[in-house]
Amino acid sequence: MTKQVQQLDRVIIRFAGDSGDGMQLTGDRFTAGTAEFGNDLSTLPNFPAEIRAPAGTLPGVSSFQLHFADHDILTPGDAPNVLVAMNPAALKANLGDLPRGADIIANIDEFTKRNLQKVGYAANPLEDDSLSEWRVHAVALTSLTVKALEGFALSKKDAERSKNMFALGLLSWLYHRPTEHTVKFLEQKFAKKPEIAKANIAAFQAGWNYGETTEAFSVSYEVKPAQLAPGVYRNISGNQALAYGLIAASVQSKLPLFLGSYPITPASDILHELSKHKRFGVRTFQAEDEIAGVGAALGAAFGGALGVTTTSGPGVALKAETVGLAVTTELPLLIVDVQRAGPSTGMPTKTEQTDLLMAMFGRNGESPLPIVAPMSPSDCFDAAIEAARIAVKYRTPVMLLSDGYLANGSEPWRLPEVSELPDISQEFTTAPNGADGEFLPFKRDTETLARPWAIPGTPGLEHRIGGIEKADGTGNISYDPNNHDLMVRTRAAKIAGVDVPDLEVDDADGDAKVLVLGWGSTYGPIAAAVRRIRKSGGKVAQAHLRHLNPLPANTGEVLKSYDKVLLPEINLGQLALLLRARYLVDIISYNRVRGLPFKAEELAGVIQDVIDSD
Amino acid sequence: MTELINGKGLSLVPKTDTKQGLKDFKSDQEVRWCPGCGDYAILAAVQSFLPELGLKRENIVFVSGIGCSSRFPYYLNTYGFHSIHGRAPAIATGLAASRPDLSVWVITGDGDALSIGGNHLIHALRRNVNLNILLFNNRIYGLTKGQYSPTSEVGKITKSTPMGSLDKPFNPISLAIGAEASFVARTIDSDRKHLQSVLREATAHRGTSLVEIYQNCNIFNDNAFEQLKDPEIRDDITLRLEHGQPIVSASKAVVRAANGGIEVADRASVSADQILVHDAHHPDPSLAFALSRLDEPAFEHVPIGIFRSIDRPAYDVLMAEQMEEAVAQKGAGDLSELLMGGDTWRIG
Repeated sequence: MTKQVQQLDRVIIRFAGDSGDGMQLTGDRFTAGTAEFGNDLSTLPNFPAEIRAPAGTLPGVSSFQLHFADHDILTPGDAPNVLVAMNPAALKANLGDLPRGADIIANIDEFTKRNLQKVGYAANPLEDDSLSEWRVHAVALTSLTVKALEGFALSKKDAERSKNMFALGLLSWLYHRPTEHTVKFLEQKFAKKPEIAKANIAAFQAGWNYGETTEAFSVSYEVKPAQLAPGVYRNISGNQALAYGLIAASVQSKLPLFLGSYPITPASDILHELSKHKRFGVRTFQAEDEIAGVGAALGAAFGGALGVTTTSGPGVALKAETVGLAVTTELPLLIVDVQRAGPSTGMPTKTEQTDLLMAMFGRNGESPLPIVAPMSPSDCFDAAIEAARIAVKYRTPVMLLSDGYLANGSEPWRLPEVSELPDISQEFTTAPNGADGEFLPFKRDTETLARPWAIPGTPGLEHRIGGIEKADGTGNISYDPNNHDLMVRTRAAKIAGVDVPDLEVDDADGDAKVLVLGWGSTYGPIAAAVRRIRKSGGKVAQAHLRHLNPLPANTGEVLKSYDKVLLPEINLGQLALLLRARYLVDIISYNRVRGLPFKAEELAGVIQDVIDSD
Repeated sequence: MTELINGKGLSLVPKTDTKQGLKDFKSDQEVRWCPGCGDYAILAAVQSFLPELGLKRENIVFVSGIGCSSRFPYYLNTYGFHSIHGRAPAIATGLAASRPDLSVWVITGDGDALSIGGNHLIHALRRNVNLNILLFNNRIYGLTKGQYSPTSEVGKITKSTPMGSLDKPFNPISLAIGAEASFVARTIDSDRKHLQSVLREATAHRGTSLVEIYQNCNIFNDNAFEQLKDPEIRDDITLRLEHGQPIVSASKAVVRAANGGIEVADRASVSADQILVHDAHHPDPSLAFALSRLDEPAFEHVPIGIFRSIDRPAYDVLMAEQMEEAVAQKGAGDLSELLMGGDTWRIG
């Protein structure tokens, strides 16, 4: 039987199942195959905080969405074209996101009376006509897998566990994905359990063959490779890119990296990744708590290391006092905040941009610090280097605001040439700087206002620093009113003077009346929305802030040169508050705080409304 | 590594050729504790002890938290970091773990170390980072003007406890032993010779050494340790702990109790072979812990000296070893290779 092959320019697949079904792994492998094939892609994992919520329930549903295309894309996609539902809970939890006409591949074996009842289905939706708006493919994924593995010395339960690989095989056939990498991956992953490796490979191949032979799938789809900029690519998640960026920052600053960290979702993967790279001179210290994590990083910085702490919002709250100490002692320090839904514990695995004002103001006293925010998973690499550059050059703590969406999402990354990375090294101070041959630890560089960084072990520069206000120059304890006023203003001026590049505006025709502004992880959805508007003939300008403090010098000018400024944020208007106060511009905010990234279609609608309104 | 853990606590810290004296360790800052404070005696003892180590002054760092005692680093002409309340052990851990060439000291008090910073203290102890922690215990909050502290006796009447404090105090020695400390000692501000002998052992120990120093606050808790200073009784209540020596005071001796524990007996009533001989190096901390409980009820007899001193690899050494092992296995890190390390593909 010759099957029809249909050409598509892009596809969005969502794998959904129980949190024990291995959906993240399935998604990862499909992504790897897709990357290898050469499509552009973007991914969005979505999983519960519970490691294993009760099986078959709605809270236990874990999903992985992948958008791939024959052109460059910016987001993991708004709505799936295909939903793989491993059980009734996965169907029910995701059906609302599924546009009419989309494909549903459902594991009919799991649609038992009991499982249906668990999620409140009175009747089996695969059997009544409630899904008539969609194209439903009911496949017996579990029993087909068990049958395929009959020859293996496996319990039925172990055989059933390979059903995700069967599904992966089927989807790989359906979308013409290469299979070699997945086979190799399974061999490596289960190197110590060859029987399990063979079984998973057999299940994977059985899924492929099922697609090839069954009449249930008469069409397969092809998405041609994308024409991306020439270079070497790899797929990378935000957390991994951030970890690599920190290592690169260590190499480029010639400072040993010291990470003090306490495990917290969604930042822990940075700790995990860095702990694998000790041969770069990376020290990872899993501290007793968040405070000790940043404290140890600051202590290491005092000793001449690139001190870093990684955390999420609740951890930043705990670290605030130590960050204030870094502000006043003027030591380089990186605080990586992988933002998540708050307040308090909030929704640990869901994304938000709600820590901006905490990063700006969440310390006692006047304690300004620079803030940098990456705009895509791979940009976490460059943003980490930029944050380190500022920290080292200006001797200041810097806050790097990633978020759960960037951390766990992935995209192809065109690898930079190491020789092209910026040199961010600074010299330690090794000689006295006072008129009488004394050392003045708070005598500043006249241009940057940075103080000297003299580390223990340097003879003749023994000095004391601390949290008490310091006299200008000598750094001795001072309660002098005018000195305090001077020091407060000087610290503020130092941060205000950090060199940040101008804000660039993408205004294709130069005559747009509306500017849509963003910061951090909203870049993808905003840019995708802007494309839609322009495609349909609308005019809109786009600008994206990477430096939140200090803001680029031309920010006010840019904002004032448009009739309207729209600012979508996944918070209740935190950047809008800052910009309104600073530039007296009547920003139009668009805010959703659902723990999810914006959708391109949603933002396109909002932009269009702003364009259309008087 | 064996060399590092066998009593050569500062073998990685560079030595000086220059002869040092007390003056070399005095900073130009005016000392501002209350007149009569026990901190003066400790400062003088430390300043006159440091030259004995013969270390390069620039490789010595004092880190402190918040409290009267935490002003200590300002008065020493070494590197110093006066940090925030309770966090000195954490900050010092990062410094010591990344710089094995430094002699790192933590200066803390009973409130700083045992109340707000309790968590960092116990974890520093169990990790065995190469730190000397000097815990100035005056059993009161001084800098905030006289509230009871986590080492104040039950029923302490202070500004915040007009009807007496309710909570049982910590015994810092028991706490440290329970937290897997490898070196635990107690000394007193007024006995410079003893204090310096303990510092000598503490600095020779590689790992975390905790030294509790009874320190008099003459403003808010005067004479808290008077029994140990009163010539009439001090020799009777002070039980000197010296490794390999019988544990005795002038009139008392520590012996095995009938219930399997230990107890204090009149020295005259027991024979020499009944008296417990101190073994600070015993791997099992039980006896050291039992010794730490002998001063309850308070100050009838107080063990002074080194309770426990065992060899255990220091954290910074283990950390450095893992890094060396990683390099030995796969070579030094190469950034290009790291970035190219995943599944890559080429376009164009």
